[in-house]
This record gives sequence, C-alpha cells and structure tokens, in this order.
Amino acid sequence: MNNLIVYCEIEDGIIADVSLELLTKGRSLANQLNCKLEALVIGSNLDGVEKQVFPYGVDTVYTVDDPRLYPYTSIPHTSVLVNLFKEQKPQVCLMGATSIGRDLGPRVSSSLHSGLTADCTSLEIGPHEDKKNNKTYENLLYQIRPAFGGNIVATIVNPECRPQMATVREGVMKKEVYDPNYKGEVVKLDPKKYVADTDFVVEVIDRQMEKSKANIKGASIIVAGGYGMGSKENFDMLFDLAATLGAEVGASRAAVDAGFAEHDRQIGQTGVTVRPKLYIACGISGQIQHIAGMQDSSIIISINSDPNAPINTIADYVITGTVEEVVPKLIKYYKKNSK
Amino acid sequence: MSLKIVVLAKQVPDTRNVGKDAMKEDGTINRAALPAIFNPEDLNALEQALQLKEQNPGSTITLLTMGPPRAAEIIREGLFRGADGGIVLTDRAFAGADTLATSYALSCAVRKIKDFDIILGGRQAIDGDTAQVGPQVAEKLGIPQVTYAEQILKIENGKATVKRRLERGVETVVVPLPAVITVNGSADECRPRNAKLIQRYKYAKTPSEKQGLSEECLKLYEERPALNLYEWSVNDVDADLDQVGLAGSPTKVKAVQNVVFQAKESKQLTAADSEIEELVKELIANHTIG
Repeated sequence: MNNLIVYCEIEDGIIADVSLELLTKGRSLANQLNCKLEALVIGSNLDGVEKQVFPYGVDTVYTVDDPRLYPYTSIPHTSVLVNLFKEQKPQVCLMGATSIGRDLGPRVSSSLHSGLTADCTSLEIGPHEDKKNNKTYENLLYQIRPAFGGNIVATIVNPECRPQMATVREGVMKKEVYDPNYKGEVVKLDPKKYVADTDFVVEVIDRQMEKSKANIKGASIIVAGGYGMGSKENFDMLFDLAATLGAEVGASRAAVDAGFAEHDRQIGQTGVTVRPKLYIACGISGQIQHIAGMQDSSIIISINSDPNAPINTIADYVITGTVEEVVPKLIKYYKKNSK
Repeated sequence: MSLKIVVLAKQVPDTRNVGKDAMKEDGTINRAALPAIFNPEDLNALEQALQLKEQNPGSTITLLTMGPPRAAEIIREGLFRGADGGIVLTDRAFAGADTLATSYALSCAVRKIKDFDIILGGRQAIDGDTAQVGPQVAEKLGIPQVTYAEQILKIENGKATVKRRLERGVETVVVPLPAVITVNGSADECRPRNAKLIQRYKYAKTPSEKQGLSEECLKLYEERPALNLYEWSVNDVDADLDQVGLAGSPTKVKAVQNVVFQAKESKQLTAADSEIEELVKELIANHTIG
C-alpha cells in the first residue's frame, strides 16, 4: 500500500530502457519516501521478466500475462492500472513519456481523477504549503517540467489526489543497477480479474517496428544540425563528419519539423536528452528547449554564422563561420592529424 | 455513410518562435508579444476531418474549442478551410484548468453535441506539449481512442482503420466508432483557406462579438444561421462546478522559474584553416576525439 509503482514497457520480451531509468529514479524516491518500489509489467509470455528488473531495486513485480495484452492497446492496459491502483493505492506512479505512456497515463488519470504531469525533466520529494486553505503537505512528488515551449520551468504538485502520476522521456533519468543480487517478490495477477473481454475493442492489424536507427543517447560524440543547415541534403555533410569521428547525428526540433532529419534524432526537451563528451552544434541557434537537452555535454562546439546565436553562450568553442566551410575542414584536419 | 465529426482545437501562443522581446525584464512571459494561432497539430486533425468529409458526402464538421471569447478566431479560421460550424466553450469558471479539468469540460460539451461519430484533435498543443486532453476526453466519454494517428485510411461498417506513427515504426489499428483520434504533426498539412469560404464566413460571429451591433444588423444574423457561432458556458453544458477550472484541477503549479543557463567562457575561433586545425589537434591531444 502507498508504494511507488513504475509501469514497465516491454517490446519483444525486453523491458524498455526508459522503464529501467524510471526504476532507478523510483528506487531513490522510494528510499526518501520510505516505501517500496514496485514494477508493473503487462504483456504476453512474461515468465522470468522479473530478472530484468530486480537489479534496479524492485521490491514487488506485478505481472499480468495474457496473449491479448501484447501488443499494447489503450483500454485493456488502462483497466489493469485502474483496478490495481484502486486496490493497492500507490502514492506515486511513473511511466515513460513514450507513445505508450502518453496514451495510457492520461486515460488512467482521467478514470481515477488523479493529477498527471507529462514530460517531467526532474522529480523530487518535498513539502507543500497551501496558503489559501491553510494546509501543509509532507513528502509530495515535485514534478518539474518545462512549459511554454521550454521558456519556463514549472514545479507541479498533486496535493490531494493519488496516485501522483508523472511521465518522463527516455534518456532524461540515468539508468543504474542498484544491486545485482537484489531480490523482490513476484505477484502474478489474474488477467480476468483486471481486464474485461469487452475492453479488447481496438485491433492491431499491422505493426512494423524497427530497432531505433540512431543511438544518439549512448553516443560519446554527437554532431547535431539545426534549422540553419537549410536542407536535408546539407545534413549529408554532418553524416560525413559523424562517420569520420565515430559519432552519431542529432538534430534540433526545428530541423526535424522541417524534415531535415528523422524524429528519433531529435535532441531537446521534446526529444532525447544527451550527455556526450563532445557535442558539435552546426547551425543551431539554441532555443531553450534544445539547450536543455544537451547542456550537460562535456565539451560543446558551436558552428554558426551568427556570432550572437544564443547557443554560443554555453559553448566551449565558438566557430563563427558557415557550416559548409567549417565542417569539411574539420574532416580534413582530423584525417590529417589522427593516426 | 455520412459522418458527424467534432474537431477539438485550441488557440495557443506561438511558442515556436520566441524572440527576445517575448520575455519581460522580470523574467515573466510577455504574452502580448506572441501571436495567438491555431494549434498546429489541431490543423492536421482538421485536414483529416476535411478528407473524411470529402470521402463521405453529407458529413459535417463542428469545431469545439475552450478558451476566452477571442478563441472564436480559430473557429472562423476553421470555417475558412471547410468546417461547418463551431462552438467556443467559454466561462470564467473554466479558467486555470489543468488537462483533466479541461477534458471534463470538453467532454460535457461533446455530450451536449450528443450526435457524433468521430472526435478528432491534435496530438498535443504547443504551449503545454502534454498530449493528455485527447485520451482524457475519450475516457470521460467511455469510448476508445487512437493517439499518434497519421492517417485515417478508411471508415467501413462503423469502424475506422487508422495508421499510427510511433517512435520506432508504424502501426495500423481498427477502432469501432465513436472514437477519439488524435493526429500527429507528421500527417497531411491542412489545406489553405478557401477564398469563397472567406467571403462566406468572414462575418461569422459569436454572441459576445455581436454585442453592440445595430438592430438591423442583428436581424441579418437571424436570417443567416450559418454566420452564428455558438458560445457555451458552464451552465449550457451542465458541467459540475467542482470539476472545472482551477478548483477541478488536481495538479497545482507550485513554482515557476525562468530558464537561465550558466554561460561559459568560450574560445572564439574563425573558420580559418589554421584555427580549425589547431582545434582538431587540441581535441585529439586531450582524447576527446580519435
């Protein structure tokens, strides 16, 4: 009762990285709240799935195993969460801000009338004073997220309603094993008690999932392009530089919106958060929402023809010049000087 | 089969192009500096509605928006592109609503519309980026949802076949109607305004916009029903006051901070060969690259 629960996404029998990241964060929050960390896995053929989550410090794994529960559809998964939460009354529920979490979370919150905050970039525990009603609350979840296109950061609390629900994007939290030998309890829930046959109204008739082409989250060097790249063709230059340096290619939201790069390369508050050892920003002006997703990079190089581009203020090296001129030179001198 | 389509839309500040004058000296947002626009993904949703209307003759599109009275601007914007009518859900009691209180109010309005086959809306609005209102409305109405839709492929035997665009691929689902479908920015762009429709609807007004008009003028509106846009209040949609606005919102904003990034001392370089080579050598020497 009153524990912290993480909804774990599963694809091809593998728990998603974003869920493991949330378990890592969930463990430290549960320690602060002095409650248990629980994981909920819903799908098909889940035997042994607990082995993937126990090392992250999970005390209880709930599994709901039914062939009809994979692939994910909204209403059956909603029913499991709603019925389980009515029974277990968790104080906090975390899920990935993915196409699943952002489909499921609002539906569950709407059914339970509990507050949900999307795309949190930070989660903390703290008190809250409601001056109007002269009430104080201890140990609330601070759900911290950018708002207004990333120009402000808001701290949201849900004083009265439970669970306090939040979604977090992949890559925002760090994934870290808590204890490789940690052992919790497995609770197999009977699907019939949680899902009605009438919940299965949406039929998935075709599914074509690819492994993510880009692995920008794990890359140690990122060459990222912005709207200033001007075209999809000009991005080829960045792929050349990336191939030379052993880097991945990333992009700003504006570049992705303009169709210069695929969505899974998007870096920023509405894309992936990255912390590489080298970040080369090419033609990126530096909207706050982009900077928030890469400011923790060890070294930042900004290549921009505008010497006053906002990104320059956080760069270690500012090269004032056009990308067309500078990028080929970087390739040339790298090839010349590396062994 | 003719369809009754409701499109949920929101008027939003254009947060995509926040210039330097958009932030005031004290770090708060200068809303006046940001133009109010039709939320981009809601336009993608409107386009899907217009395509359905073309494929299913006799269909009608009703736009529903919640906001201040000036949100009627986006209703007209929708009429100029082919929608048939619109409702502004507006009341002081709706102010301060979070996504849940918003979805409750919208679901009350949809219940009042009563007769609908499909509810379309953008996946998310650019001022909040939450993507929550669509699914929350679906749950409140007790109907299925399809989020991240890129294209409605067909409607047949009371079911819609919808292609979804997810992070790592595409999925095609069949959903029974009525249903809520939220549309991605990757879907077809909305068609431009139509000159004839602009002529037809440019004087379409809500009751608050008609205030102060002459008797004769109001009589002309009575004779032209298509030019009358609706405004609904809390009472009009039989909403429970405890569930709307700030009071009906479980989430509370505890604090708001302006975003300030720690500026670094940067090395300034030009594109000259010597400087680029020097930089590359330095990065190789300290094992950042290579």
